[in-house]
Amino acid sequence: MALEFNAEYKKQVDWTLSRYPKKEAAMLPVLHLAQYQFGYISTEVMELVAKTLDVPVSRVQDVVTFYSMFREQPVGKYHIQVCHTLACAINGGAQVVKYLEEKCGVKANEGISADGKFSILRVECLGSCSTSPMMQVNDDYYENLTKARIDELVEKWKKE
Amino acid sequence: MEKVLTKMVGIENSRNIDVYLKSGGYQALPKALKMTPDQLVGMMKDAGVRGRGGAGFPTGMKWSFLPKDNPNPRYLLCNADESEPGTCKDRVLMEEDPHQVIEGLAISSFAIQAHTCYIYIRGEYVNGAQVLNKAIQEAYDKGYLGKNILGSGFDLDITVHRGAGAYICGEETGLIESLEGKRGWPRIKPPFPAVYGVFGSPTIVNNVETLVTPVHIINRGIQWWKDNEPKLYCMSGHLNRPGVFEAKIGINLKDLIYGDDYSQGIAKGRKLKAVIPGGSSVPVLKADECDVAMDFDALAKAGSALGSAGCMVMDETTCMVNALWNLIKFYAHESCGQCTPCREGGHWMEMVLGRIETGRGRMEDLDLMLETANNIAGRTICPLGDALAWPIAGMPDKNKGGDLSGNSFVTKFRDEFEYHITNKKCKVTIPHEWN
Repeated sequence: MALEFNAEYKKQVDWTLSRYPKKEAAMLPVLHLAQYQFGYISTEVMELVAKTLDVPVSRVQDVVTFYSMFREQPVGKYHIQVCHTLACAINGGAQVVKYLEEKCGVKANEGISADGKFSILRVECLGSCSTSPMMQVNDDYYENLTKARIDELVEKWKKE
Repeated sequence: MEKVLTKMVGIENSRNIDVYLKSGGYQALPKALKMTPDQLVGMMKDAGVRGRGGAGFPTGMKWSFLPKDNPNPRYLLCNADESEPGTCKDRVLMEEDPHQVIEGLAISSFAIQAHTCYIYIRGEYVNGAQVLNKAIQEAYDKGYLGKNILGSGFDLDITVHRGAGAYICGEETGLIESLEGKRGWPRIKPPFPAVYGVFGSPTIVNNVETLVTPVHIINRGIQWWKDNEPKLYCMSGHLNRPGVFEAKIGINLKDLIYGDDYSQGIAKGRKLKAVIPGGSSVPVLKADECDVAMDFDALAKAGSALGSAGCMVMDETTCMVNALWNLIKFYAHESCGQCTPCREGGHWMEMVLGRIETGRGRMEDLDLMLETANNIAGRTICPLGDALAWPIAGMPDKNKGGDLSGNSFVTKFRDEFEYHITNKKCKVTIPHEWN
């Protein structure tokens, strides 16, 4: 069955469309909304976005495959993205990834942990260079990371 | 020094419009609306404002490129993509003082007679986008945005547009393509955005920090601006106190690194090794080259660039081969894929650096890298190719017929690269601990 935006997201989609002179320009914001509702951008989601914006599905796929934030696979409940570009790298970025891998029971860039809670990605610069090392978990930034801080966060998330 | 750009940082509820108003906010906008657009463009020219996004292009001149006779609506695009590694200044402005940004956008929009403005913010700055959206709503409610702003007859709509994780969308034509709902593939110039930009209309794209400058020039005057021009510097890396600092433009790099008001020296008492002064695409400076003024001209003279003022400081625990490999991996990953020199060149440079770092390098790799960098720079649609080549081989040099000077990682730290190749291991033996 074809997917639809739920009432809450439909409202946001309609408002978004009203802000641009051309429907197609709402591509990125509508894809973001779709990813929030459906978790990832499947072929069915691309079809929904194409229908919403009046463009061919191939145009949507063209965009989805270009931008790193749009994902075509599901991720963990806590999707952890660790910056590994220079400012973070020289302050322990790689060690942060290694430590998270041990704590969360999943390797970076290798899918979701067995409990479905965690996925880890190494990503390029997140623009938080003066608070390195840092990571983004879902929408939120966690900065100036230490082992103690990661212990505290991961323990909390494991209980939730 | 009195803080101007970061005045609101650290103040309770700094994002709230009433707090902003109480501290003297939205006083420049009514004054601007009483001026003529041409006067405002002239003001930016007279003050000598140069773009804060990286290229340092004179802002007033950019604005004056808008054609007078084009019937299409004009657009102002605020470039908040902030994706050059080492740069994290616009985030502070947007998250801590969103109304300063909105006031700047309103004045700038009036100056170029745009009734629609988009803030293209990098997708990962979810918090920044939320803060801006809330502030924009407050500004609409109080009549600083929307129809007939402060009774002036001027209308303006601002919309926050989130990107989705592509460095290339910080390039102005890549940003325009992305805003139109496409891949962020930069366009060939000319036509320049001022003539044919977003939706085929005249468009001005400026960095966030650039667009807040008219607020302060109006409030304090052109002469004050010329005497005190404030600038944000992003200090990152091995520092006692990394952070985003405001200082008068042209502050000495050593003061930023060691000054009590700034980064307070190298962490753990270690020795300074190298600094990338203006975001990862500019040539690196060795420790003994750091006695330099942090402005456009002085850094250009020193063979580097102010760029986006993203200053990455590296101590003696940093392996220069690994550092360059890290940066080139970034550019190889972020190449949009349109132009062969950047797409293929970036990938090959990453592979060559990888083999040197992992002990499989050859001595001829060093000249190969310098030569390849020269074949990338200046041969691509947008400056990503240059951004990839400059860290390897330096800036273009007039004395070499426009070829790259060679003054960056590979030449300045050639001994380290050679050591890696000869000994199949790293010259740096001090480990960097993280806890």
